[in-house]
This record gives sequence, C-alpha cells and structure tokens, in this order.
Amino acid sequence: MNRRLANKENAIRLVLLLFALSSLLFLFIIFIFILSEGVPLFAKVGVKNITMGTRWAPTKGFFGIFPMIVSSFMVTLGALVLGAPLALGCSTYLSEYAGKKTKMVLKPSLELLAGIPSVVYGFLGVVYIVPLIREYLGGSGFSILATSLVLGIMILPTITSISFDALMSVPAAFREGSLAMGATKWQTVYKVVLPAARSGILASFILGMGRAIGETMAVIMVAGNALKIPTSLLDPLRTLTSNIALELAYATGDHRRALFSTGVVLLVIIMSLNLVANFWVKRRVDK
Amino acid sequence: MRITITGLLLLSVTPFLLGCGNYTRNGSESRKSTVTIAGSTSVMPFSEKLAEHFKIEDPGITVDVQGGGSSAGIQACLNRTVDIGMSSRELKGDEKRLDELIICHDGIAIVVHPQNPIKDITLEQIRAIYGGRLRNWKQLGWIDRNIDAVTREEGSGTRGAFEELVMAGTDIHDSTMVQDSNGSVKEVVATDPYAIGFISLGVVDAKVKALQVEGVAPNVENIKTQRYRMVRPFLYLTMGEPEGAARLFITYVLSKDGQMILKKEGLVPINE
Repeated sequence: MNRRLANKENAIRLVLLLFALSSLLFLFIIFIFILSEGVPLFAKVGVKNITMGTRWAPTKGFFGIFPMIVSSFMVTLGALVLGAPLALGCSTYLSEYAGKKTKMVLKPSLELLAGIPSVVYGFLGVVYIVPLIREYLGGSGFSILATSLVLGIMILPTITSISFDALMSVPAAFREGSLAMGATKWQTVYKVVLPAARSGILASFILGMGRAIGETMAVIMVAGNALKIPTSLLDPLRTLTSNIALELAYATGDHRRALFSTGVVLLVIIMSLNLVANFWVKRRVDK
Repeated sequence: MRITITGLLLLSVTPFLLGCGNYTRNGSESRKSTVTIAGSTSVMPFSEKLAEHFKIEDPGITVDVQGGGSSAGIQACLNRTVDIGMSSRELKGDEKRLDELIICHDGIAIVVHPQNPIKDITLEQIRAIYGGRLRNWKQLGWIDRNIDAVTREEGSGTRGAFEELVMAGTDIHDSTMVQDSNGSVKEVVATDPYAIGFISLGVVDAKVKALQVEGVAPNVENIKTQRYRMVRPFLYLTMGEPEGAARLFITYVLSKDGQMILKKEGLVPINE
C-alpha cells in the first residue's frame, strides 16, 4: 500500500515537472522558429545593412530597420518619462502612506488597468489623444507624443506593482530606525526606503520598458507608421513591432524573412532588457 | 549543438503560411461541396458578397472566403491549397503559370476629408504629394497647413497599383503615414481634415470625399469610357481549368447576376 502511494506521488511529480518544463519548451520553439526564419536574411544581406540601413523597401531589396530601432527606443523612453514618475509616486503612496482601505481600492484598480486589452488603449488614443494633438499642437496627431502618452499609461501597472513589491520588501526595521532617529516620514521615505529599494525600482522601470517596446496594436493605431526617423515630437513613426504586424499579411519571400529579421532584433532587445532587470533584482537579493 | 541544428531543420520546413487545413483533394470528385478562396483583401469583401448570393442560388455549395493578401493568395493557389486565388495586382514571372480571369475592374480613388474644399487634383500633384515635394495645402490653394498623406503598406495590391499608375517609378516618401487596410486609410482620412489617401473606389462612402483626377470624377461611367485612368483589374486565379463547384461559382460570378452585384458595390463589371 505504502509503495503504491509512493509510486503515485512520484507519477504526479513527474507529470507536474513536464508541465513546468513546457514553458521552457515553448520558449525554445519560438526561439528556434524566429531564428530559423530571420537569420538567413542576415546572412544574405549582412547584419549591418539590416540593423544600420535607413531605407526600408523590402520589395525592392532594401531591408534597413535602423529608423524603427530608433523609433522603438524613442517611444519607449517617452513612455518611461511620462509613466515612471507617476507609477513610482503611486507605488510609494501605496506602500508607505496608504491605509488599508485606500489600498483595497487602488491595488485592484491598477490590476484592472493592466487587464484592459491594448486595442482599447489604441482606440482611445485614436479617438481622443490624436485629435487633441492635431488640434492644439499641429501635425497629423499621429505622433511620438500620442504614442508615448498611450504607452505611458499602459506601463503604469507594470512599474507600479513591481516597484511596490520592491518597496514592501524593505525591512520595517529600516523605517523604524530612521523614525527613531527623529527623521520625518518624508525624510524616511526619501532618504531610507527609496534608496534601499533602488535596484528593484530600476528593475521595474526596465520591465516597463520591455512592455512598452513590445506593444504592437495600440502603437499601430496611434503612431502613423511612417518610415522616416522622427525629428520632432509631432512626427509619425514606425516601431519594430508595428513593422511586423503591418506588413506580414502581404509579405512573401525575402520581404517575409525581413519581417522575421525584425523579430530577431526585437527578441535580442527584449532579452537584453530582461537580463539587465534580472541582474538588478538578483544583486538586491544577494546584498 | 547537433540537436539544435536538427531541430532547426525540422522546424524550418514546417509550413506556417496559411494554417489550418484547407487541403484540396486532387482529382476525381466531380462536385465538391466547398470552394475555398483566398487572397487580396481588396477583393475579399466582394467575394464574400458574391458567396452569400451564390449560397442562395446553390445551397449545396459553401464558398469559404479568406484574406491574406494578393501574394499569399497567389502562393496558395500555386500550392493548390485553395481552389481560387484572388489578386488585385498583375501576375509576375513564375506566377503566370496560373490561369487568370478578370472578374471586374476597380478604380483607385484619391480621397480627402469632406470639409476639404479642393475638388480636383492632377496626377502630377498627387505624385508630388506622395514624393514628399508638395507638403502644404497652401500650394494647392487651401489653408497654410501640412498635408498628412497616408499610403498603404509595402506589399499591398492597392499600393502596388498606385505606385504603377501614379508614381511611375518614383518612390513614395518616407514621411508618408502608413495604414494597413482600405478601411484604416479611410478612417484616418475621415477623421483628419488635412489628410489625403487612396482607397479602392468600391469602399468610398460619405465619410470621405473622392477627388476628381485631371478633371475626371472617379465613377463607373468614367472608368468604362476609360476617361478615369487609375484603374486595376480584380483577378480570380486557378491552377488549370476550374472544376466542379469552383467552376460553378466562377460561372456565377461572370453571369449577369454576379456582375450586377459587383456593379452595385461600386465596381466596374466586365463585358459592358
């Protein structure tokens, strides 16, 4: 009897292990698929001509995605500039100042914000933000500014929840010690808690960047998707993700491979961001 | 390392292009009950309309219409993945192995916001706008405001036809905005008073204003008499002579009833 029980336990363990490994498997398959589709073009045209080329006309043999790399980083930075201070303020309030009741309202509403489909953000962007910009600031409205605003809102939940966790993991003794020395609440938060959670907060910014750089649907709707490197905040732009989504439907041959190459570049960028974020979080744990 | 390479080879042969199993059964069935059609998103809405009406005529046959784009439709037809391919551009090179059939003609309309007072534009002006040389509405006699030009994405049949008919070998400028369907181009033009775009004449409605080109209004009459020149054919493609249900459907499309439906949708029927 005991033996049968033990066997059953083992079997369950094995099955669960398989499930656990499946995520690894999917990651591996996606990786192989994108690389096998995208790398041949790098070999044919040259890494430099793709990543540094400024002309994208894939049906005529030009595969430069440099403007899209630049544009992706521009809107990501824009989203961070607009979203990060707001998100950090929110998480600081939540962890240091908010009472139980406020927390009970604020936390779930943030989670709700994270659950809204991106096409809805894009739709609101097209219907409200784009016309407002066109009316009051000029240009077509489809612009870096509109895209950054939409993305800035979209990354709020990511940054807030991760930096909230970082702030909460600062030991209570730090705060008590600071208050006992006669520091005010704000002095404690500003000089003790925030610096102690610094690496976690930085990691939250980087994960927010990852979210912004990978966003597709909302960006296609508000960015205007022009190929030029934007020179003003009101210029339209095209990011790496929107390039893939815009053109995949009609692409064949090298054009299609070029879109997978775009995917490879995107994959490398997002992986680097995640590695950096993990590194920061790990260092904090080690300390 | 060896494992990685084997895996890579295995996966690279996995056909991901058109997905889910519409494999044509080759050969002897005289009458299939399903006809699959795929290709140009410009032709798709009209094929769907035709399929709906055909269903009433011949309830035994289901016509399954999918998009994917002209190039994908041509590929699928070459692979015999679909019975009929749809294309809104001419066939090139190896693709000419397919039998092509013009089901109707479609005009490409230059559209602006209804509030835009301009009524007429020349081909040279359109070329200058999309070439990035003409950037302000003032140069066309309206207010001092930048022109927000909108084009279709690279690879689109409508864009291909526009490049051929209007741009005449010159490039569309980098700063032109890009949208990925007739619908979204129309949406941008309908909301932005300073925008200009080109869409299939069949999808023009009251939300946008179609401009006269060189003094000629884009309508069925002017296309038939060949006064309006921005016209392209809508093609049905088959690998060899169509058989069975596919043949019946094509016969219906070319019939008086089928052509009437296309005419009602704003397209230009053949044989008129």
